[in-house]
Amino acid sequence: MTPREREFVARLCAERAGLRVDPHKAYLIDSRLAPVARREGFSSISELVQALKERQEESQVWAAVEAMTLPDTAFFRDPEVFEQLWSDLVPALARRASGSPVRIWSAGCASGQEVYSLAMRLEEAAPTNVRVELFASDLSDRLLEKAQSGLYSQFEVQRGLSARRLVRHFEKRDEMFLLSRQVRQHVRWRRVNLIEDVSRLGRFDIVLCRHVLSSLTAPARARAMEGLVGALQPGGVLVLDRQVSEAAAMGLTPVAGLPGGYGLEAAERVAA
Amino acid sequence: MKTCLVVDDSRVIRKVARRIVEDLGFEVAEAADGMEALAWCHAAMPDAVLLDWHMPMMGGIEFLRRLRLEPGGANPKVIFCSVENDLERIREALDCGADEYIMKPFDGEIVAEKFALAGVA
Repeated sequence: MTPREREFVARLCAERAGLRVDPHKAYLIDSRLAPVARREGFSSISELVQALKERQEESQVWAAVEAMTLPDTAFFRDPEVFEQLWSDLVPALARRASGSPVRIWSAGCASGQEVYSLAMRLEEAAPTNVRVELFASDLSDRLLEKAQSGLYSQFEVQRGLSARRLVRHFEKRDEMFLLSRQVRQHVRWRRVNLIEDVSRLGRFDIVLCRHVLSSLTAPARARAMEGLVGALQPGGVLVLDRQVSEAAAMGLTPVAGLPGGYGLEAAERVAA
Repeated sequence: MKTCLVVDDSRVIRKVARRIVEDLGFEVAEAADGMEALAWCHAAMPDAVLLDWHMPMMGGIEFLRRLRLEPGGANPKVIFCSVENDLERIREALDCGADEYIMKPFDGEIVAEKFALAGVA
């Protein structure tokens, strides 16, 4: 691959998905695109790039862009976030919603570990008199497919998942581990590009978007933030990474006791 | 300083595990099988045990059963670390009183997370 080709790929990723790709990271780009070129039947990455330039075939463009996302996820990542969500926030939101379901969206769900952690919690101890609806979205069709399959490698099921939960919710399929149908059925999936209009998804009581924003370009990040905040139900909570510099400027206030949690109103509201 | 007993019949695994567990801030002792491990526990009960399953003389399950009957033997957090990856085997280990379970091969991150899940980080 030439530097010019890498620049083309970086620009493509920024335009289509707002992804921040450093064109100087030759090894990263090459190693991500080589499998795409192979799958699409090209003999080299350069040939793939040539085809992308000339034909702009959507499925190929997205195969390349998706390959440049760097999913980094684990079950029950930041355990205190899940604890806090489940023990305090969900019951509090449910009381306020008075009968209507609590809707939770895992935005940028990658291979599904975050939303499945919530689904496992739901299966273990559903809060009484509360319906919880779990939604998950990602840019990548391949990752969504993997997430929906519920199949994880031995390495993946050892990231954040306790042995008790492993034996409770999974069964072995050859060398992989399959999440039970009961847990999987709690989640609805959709492909969503966070820099596009997300209003069609409706409003949510809790939106989780962790380890996603940092991979976006500045304008894409601003657009994504706008969409995420716009998707909040009045009184809803947005859970981001721990340090989000633009939160205050967007009128978001940290939620006490919930790392990375932000609300649109006073902070005491949910913790109370 | 917290103490951890690394029990494995492979010297190589013990060496790798020792380095990882020391990085987590533990003082580490090693045993090559369950018998040796029990002797260690008689002398000084550790805070954590990283325990292989299949070993000569006395395997991990037998050691764990005996450990839990010892005075003070309920205290150590026991984290199995074995090539056994059938869920039935893992369930058996948990039912025998193991606190966590690591399937080999492992890396530092997995060990750190499992120690945290066992509550001994």
